[in-house]
Amino acid sequence: MSAQISSARPGAINSASDREPLLSIRGLRVGFRRAGDQFEAVRGIDLDVAKGEVVGIVGESGSGKTVGMLAALGLTSKNAVVTGSVRFNGDELVGKSSREMRKIRGARIAMIFQDPLSSLNPVMTVGAQIAEAVRLHQRVTRKQAMARAVELLHLVAIPQPERRVNQYPHEFSGGMRQRAVIAMAVANDPDLLIADEPTTALDVTVQAQILSVLRSLQERLGLGLVLITHDLGVVAGHADRVAVVYSGRVVEQAGVSELFADPRHPYTRGLIASIPNLEESRERLFSIDGSPPALGRLPGGCAFHPRCIYAEARCRTEDPPLHDIGGRFSACHLATTLPPFHSASLAAASLDSGSVAP
Amino acid sequence: MPFLVLGIVTIAFLITTVTKGDPLTAIVAEQQMSNPEVVAAAKARWGLDRPLPERYMIYLSNLLSGDLGTSFITKRNVGTDILYRLPATLELVFAAMIFGTTLGIVLGVLAAYFRNSLIDHGARLFALFGSSLPVFWSGLGLLFIFSVMLNWLPGPGRVDARLALPPGITGFLTIDSLLAGDWTVFKDALWHLLLPAFVLGWTVSGTISRLVRANMLDVMSREFVLTARAKGASEFRVVIVHALRNTMVPTLTVIGYSFAYLITGAVLTETIFSWPGMGSYAVEAARALDFPAIIGVTIVGGLAFLVTNLITDILYVVANPRVRLS
Repeated sequence: MSAQISSARPGAINSASDREPLLSIRGLRVGFRRAGDQFEAVRGIDLDVAKGEVVGIVGESGSGKTVGMLAALGLTSKNAVVTGSVRFNGDELVGKSSREMRKIRGARIAMIFQDPLSSLNPVMTVGAQIAEAVRLHQRVTRKQAMARAVELLHLVAIPQPERRVNQYPHEFSGGMRQRAVIAMAVANDPDLLIADEPTTALDVTVQAQILSVLRSLQERLGLGLVLITHDLGVVAGHADRVAVVYSGRVVEQAGVSELFADPRHPYTRGLIASIPNLEESRERLFSIDGSPPALGRLPGGCAFHPRCIYAEARCRTEDPPLHDIGGRFSACHLATTLPPFHSASLAAASLDSGSVAP
Repeated sequence: MPFLVLGIVTIAFLITTVTKGDPLTAIVAEQQMSNPEVVAAAKARWGLDRPLPERYMIYLSNLLSGDLGTSFITKRNVGTDILYRLPATLELVFAAMIFGTTLGIVLGVLAAYFRNSLIDHGARLFALFGSSLPVFWSGLGLLFIFSVMLNWLPGPGRVDARLALPPGITGFLTIDSLLAGDWTVFKDALWHLLLPAFVLGWTVSGTISRLVRANMLDVMSREFVLTARAKGASEFRVVIVHALRNTMVPTLTVIGYSFAYLITGAVLTETIFSWPGMGSYAVEAARALDFPAIIGVTIVGGLAFLVTNLITDILYVVANPRVRLS
């Protein structure tokens, strides 16, 4: 199902003035029509990924982070309407034919998905699936492709790759399957890898292994890596830069240390405050009051204002744009005037005021 | 498996003994029925004077040596009769299955891929008609249109009766004529085969296409399909190589079942198209209360079921690596 990508919006902010990033997304919107109803899952994502950079995209399930990346690759379903600009190596992807997109997907940009149990075809050997990825983009013989598959399994640290290559996915453990998926993704030495919740379905110990495999590959191959996750811990440990997504929009974008030290959006603050902390023992974990708005039923003004403890009058009427606040970005009216951040104090303050979700 | 075979034989045998009809009417001419001597002689000749358990044991021991008994009507060995008729049925059923599975799979895939489109609705209608129209209706209708009105296809029968037939090696007229290099017979047999095979295959294609559609919809939403697309595979590759192969296990079940069903269920089609197969043999036998023939046909039909099930089970292993023993 090729995505129906409609008119690209010209006027990408990025001109050729400074070094063009590997991936540059501007004003990406994804709408869906369903039975006459129309709603937007992505309402404007701006994101840059430089060569060799690790960018984390953080957000709750349903915030549009996955759909946005799928749309960038032309992988959304037929009823999706994608607008905005996605430039890859200076090349506009929105509006490209599905034939052209196929040449890019898997070759220059690879994507891996959340569930390693279902992202491999159960009736094909692991080797055949990796070899397929190779042969889709390189003119090699079947035999050469299988040899490359063995090499790739070795690269992602799967023991006895010569034997494993002829096995079926059900003979692999969850962690090994995700390694195989990663091997498949890097088969054609791509420039960019988009990993959608690559560790969510795995055991904690295996999560760490998978992340380290991803990181070492990223460093060795000089990959740009987009880590989509809802786990701030993953982002803190691995990303160079972070984009926080809330109800279909990027609400804050900053370097990873800046973001954790001084978040400039109330939603980010809430997320960081709700990370369990071993040093302080609290009775209850902090959580952001309320729940994210349903798609197509967004509140007026800033989408976050009903849950925001800092919200004021104009937040209810004006949706703040993502603006530059000194080399980093925030979509909050109060971005520069928010009080200094201390996660414990935020938690304590809201606990006192009783605004904790039961 | 041996127990299943014994079960089939026993039930087939018992059913004939509980039917009301008197097989003697098939053997003895009507005028002679009042003559006790003739009746007694006929009973003794066919063993009908013996008690039931004894008849059963005799039948079993004969069966073990491959003897299915003698037909009341043709006075030939039932096994010989069936072997003579079976290839015609098998040829028809194979051809029907080629039609049925091809149509079923293609329509099922298209219907799933273009869900809720005109193609989907068209395929649904086609399937509905195929599985709900009785064969004697659709068969006669198509025969009327294509043979009588348009004169595109030949009428009933297996081959033009005026043609000299090639030696029967496989019993499949199309294959035998090819082996003999006889193109006239081959073409004629193929033309004769077309319509009955389509009618029979149509009934099967309905079930298969519905099943394939449902399974395709399920498989197409799985993540490995997205992975295949993310690799840069073409839509054709995604659908055929990745998705369709994953629907083969349930599809094989239905194909196997349909095949076995057609071998015994081609009766109506064979009757309408005057096809000299097992179905028409069974009908003749049933009309005449020819018990040895009825039991023989039942046993062969049952065996066909068992064999197709076995083959289906073996094919599972090919289609689904998860059931393979390491």
